[in-house]
Amino acid sequence: MKWETVIGLEVHAQLSTRAKIFSGAPTAFGAAPNTQACAVDIALPGVLPVLNRGAVERAIRFGLAIGATVNRTSIFARKNYFYPDLPKGYQISQYERPIVEGGAIRIVTGAGEKTIRLTRAHLEEDAGKSLHEDFHGMSGIDLNRAGTPLLEIVSEPDMRSAEEAVAYARALHTLVRWIDICDGNMQEGSFRCDANVSVRPAGVAALGTRCEIKNLNSFRFLERAIEHEVRRQIAVIEDGGRIVQETRLYDPDRDETRSMRSKEEAHDYRYFPDPDLLPLVVPAAWIERVRAELPELPEAKRDRYVREWGVTAYDAATLTQSREMAGYFEDVVAAGVEAKLAANWVMGELAAALNRSGLEIGASPVASGALAGLLARIRDNTISGKIAKEVFDAMWAGEGTADEIIERRGLRQITDAAAIEKLVDEVLAANPKSVEEYRAGKEKAFNALVGQVMKATKGKANPAAVNELLKRKLSG
Amino acid sequence: MSPENASLRELSDALAAGKLSSVELTQAFLDRIAAANPRLNAFITVDPEASLAEARRADERRASGTAGPLTGIPVAHKDIWCARGWRTTCGSRMLANFTSPYDAHVVERFAAAGAVLLGKCNMDEFAMGSSNETSWFGPVRNPWNPDFVPGGSSGGSAAAVAARLAPAATGTDTGGSIRQPAALCGISGLKPTYGIVSRYGMVAFASSLDQGGPFAKSAADLALLLNVMAGFDARDSTSLEREPEDYTRCLAEPVAGASAGRPLAGLRLGLPRQYFGEGLSPDVARAVEAALAELRALGATTKAIDLPASDLAVPAYYVIAPAEASSNLSRFDGVRYGHRAAEYGDLIDMYCRTRAEGFGAEVKRRILIGTYVLSHGYYDAYYLKAQRIRRLIADDFARAFGEVDMIAGPTSPTVAFRLGAKTADPVQMYLNDIYTIPANLAGLPGLSIPAGFGEGGLPVGLQLVGNYFDEARMLGVGHQFQRVTDWHERVPPGY
Repeated sequence: MKWETVIGLEVHAQLSTRAKIFSGAPTAFGAAPNTQACAVDIALPGVLPVLNRGAVERAIRFGLAIGATVNRTSIFARKNYFYPDLPKGYQISQYERPIVEGGAIRIVTGAGEKTIRLTRAHLEEDAGKSLHEDFHGMSGIDLNRAGTPLLEIVSEPDMRSAEEAVAYARALHTLVRWIDICDGNMQEGSFRCDANVSVRPAGVAALGTRCEIKNLNSFRFLERAIEHEVRRQIAVIEDGGRIVQETRLYDPDRDETRSMRSKEEAHDYRYFPDPDLLPLVVPAAWIERVRAELPELPEAKRDRYVREWGVTAYDAATLTQSREMAGYFEDVVAAGVEAKLAANWVMGELAAALNRSGLEIGASPVASGALAGLLARIRDNTISGKIAKEVFDAMWAGEGTADEIIERRGLRQITDAAAIEKLVDEVLAANPKSVEEYRAGKEKAFNALVGQVMKATKGKANPAAVNELLKRKLSG
Repeated sequence: MSPENASLRELSDALAAGKLSSVELTQAFLDRIAAANPRLNAFITVDPEASLAEARRADERRASGTAGPLTGIPVAHKDIWCARGWRTTCGSRMLANFTSPYDAHVVERFAAAGAVLLGKCNMDEFAMGSSNETSWFGPVRNPWNPDFVPGGSSGGSAAAVAARLAPAATGTDTGGSIRQPAALCGISGLKPTYGIVSRYGMVAFASSLDQGGPFAKSAADLALLLNVMAGFDARDSTSLEREPEDYTRCLAEPVAGASAGRPLAGLRLGLPRQYFGEGLSPDVARAVEAALAELRALGATTKAIDLPASDLAVPAYYVIAPAEASSNLSRFDGVRYGHRAAEYGDLIDMYCRTRAEGFGAEVKRRILIGTYVLSHGYYDAYYLKAQRIRRLIADDFARAFGEVDMIAGPTSPTVAFRLGAKTADPVQMYLNDIYTIPANLAGLPGLSIPAGFGEGGLPVGLQLVGNYFDEARMLGVGHQFQRVTDWHERVPPGY
């Protein structure tokens, strides 16, 4: 039987506010345990939550960026359950009326473009951490993370493969960093995915029973966990079994998912509106201000690069993977470099060098203006593309501007026709065999002769001029 | 003038004139507490050294000329308010070992005013009770008769002021916990409009109903205390941001333009039929009628009104308050502070034993009710419906305030009852708050002032419920009443 996979994702994006969502304690990662938890975070008797407007503003920004409805009124609710790292015995979240509803994101996979609809995005607080190692039969509790603001982003079950799920997660990851609401650091847990996975026979409209897979903190784990889960579900059904709705945990070490709790064991969270917090009312003026301050979004940029600059769709998608890269690219173009040449260099030499050095584009030793200076020298035939790579390496090493390096190293192309002609004559005289082969119809021999000329000029001859001259001499 | 019977204004004047130091005044009250508290059990914690240190600082402040009206005056706090360095038990074994590392907003405000923290008052456990019998630290006795309850949940505060162990005290009122004990102990108590007094640092019972307020002998004293307690606090999202008010401003003239002989002329009082019907004890009815006659003599007019949803107030309250409480009390889990069972197996066992040991029967009952009404499948039938009733009750009041200025009636259907008389029947206990709960559900201010005595020589309270933010005028009406009556000056025999 042919099976269809159905996937919906829940992503928890940690919002990049300096203070927590309901207290003034800092949110910085990696501090000594319990040093960033104030009276509110540890839920002393009598403390009360106060909403951080920065978290709200980030949620609004997200809602606008995905074309969603930003609800003018939303409600904070208490989700009640006992756990040692949940100090109040309830999590403040949004339940019936989230701040963001609807919206969509376009993804690009090998199969082309697809739109993934979002259900909602709501504000909530993170819990602390239980530490089970190093305490000899006891557990430690670190409440530094308690109260960290999260935006839980819930998609519709619109994805049909692990590839699509990863593409969606990546698009979301790009977007939240693009609009500067989340640092996207997956190792530190700033961007966490849960996947709802089900399978159904191809052509059947009704959804199969789903399992929720938790603890997916990398795109690779997301992909592998979904693939494993799909195989598991198909095997269970084909063996005559039934899928049980449950929460499963992905274990990256064993590359498998295992049951965490069944639906029957699921908590009754006893949601009710938090009486300590008034309904969150967002005035229209606030939404309009945030809208006006939104940067151009990746999808819009992608379209513009293709439409206005003739960049291929694939290149446009690559260039808009981060706002910094797109900005860099646009700066190079703005300095007068043709877009396709700029795109090739930004995605080629620059990306490779950044990758080798483990640097972000913002920390590139070759700034956009410097790269534009180099590319201008290709355009005006001062140097060839090949020499440009040598110059780029020198610029990367901090040896100066393109022009300085070209001058210092004497890399200027030889454009003096007489000088090139003299070299061509010498090469033809020294390689009678190649000349003969070429005349006998071997194209390869021509390339060998070009190579000899270029070698003699240390690459500084204009390749086009060399070609033309050689052809003239050989046909003469 | 004996300090224990003086008004706050008189004490303030005496301190200002140097006739009395705060240390002397504080010591006098500490002595009274030492003598009477073993009988009354009104205080859970007294720390003479800490109080006297505050008194010395207050005297220095007086000397430096930066004193306010309450500088140097001892004030007792209900043990629901967190006070830095003070044990804050909320009347529970769960917090019997909890010393607060921070001050509640109200505690800060009194400290900033230079008031001296005289001690922490006994209360029903987590403010759940109407008799002060649910306290882990034992019941408080009514100063008018030690076999009778003082009311609750702020029973310790009310008994302390009634027995002249403190010139003033704070309380909190979720369903009547200030007004009912004030009535049963023969003193004055005010529950302000919801949102006027910050809840920051007040151990939460039912967040949407809880409101702090003052106890004192007189309405005039309450006004001075509310001047300190009220005020916007950014740490409480339900705190209202309003211009500061002087709550003493209407004491002399609650009705603009009224004559000195008839200071309440023009004031329209509504008497809800539902507050004078079945269930109201005849002795209380008689005292309240006499008080109303007094108010009429002062110029007020009275008319019968209807608050038709009143019958639903107690049932709605006993859904909403336990629901919120069940969630608010989840933080007492033995993990971070407070009681933890000495012996336990796994985590769930630790929770179960800790909470089984740490909470008393009434608290457990309400946690169970609250958990039930919020459960999946029951939420709409109970919690949501109760919230709709709450709206009906608020609408009743809104209609009433279209035709009257204030509502008057009994604070409590009976005078104080005997210890143990109602502990076996929670519903009878809950009906004590039948006249006070509606104001909490609507968020309205309520004032209880002494209005004579009923059966057994026990005090009766008259309740005034005003429109939102009408505290100053309500206190003015109370003050005018107290100018022509002396119920508030009566001292329980032996004190």
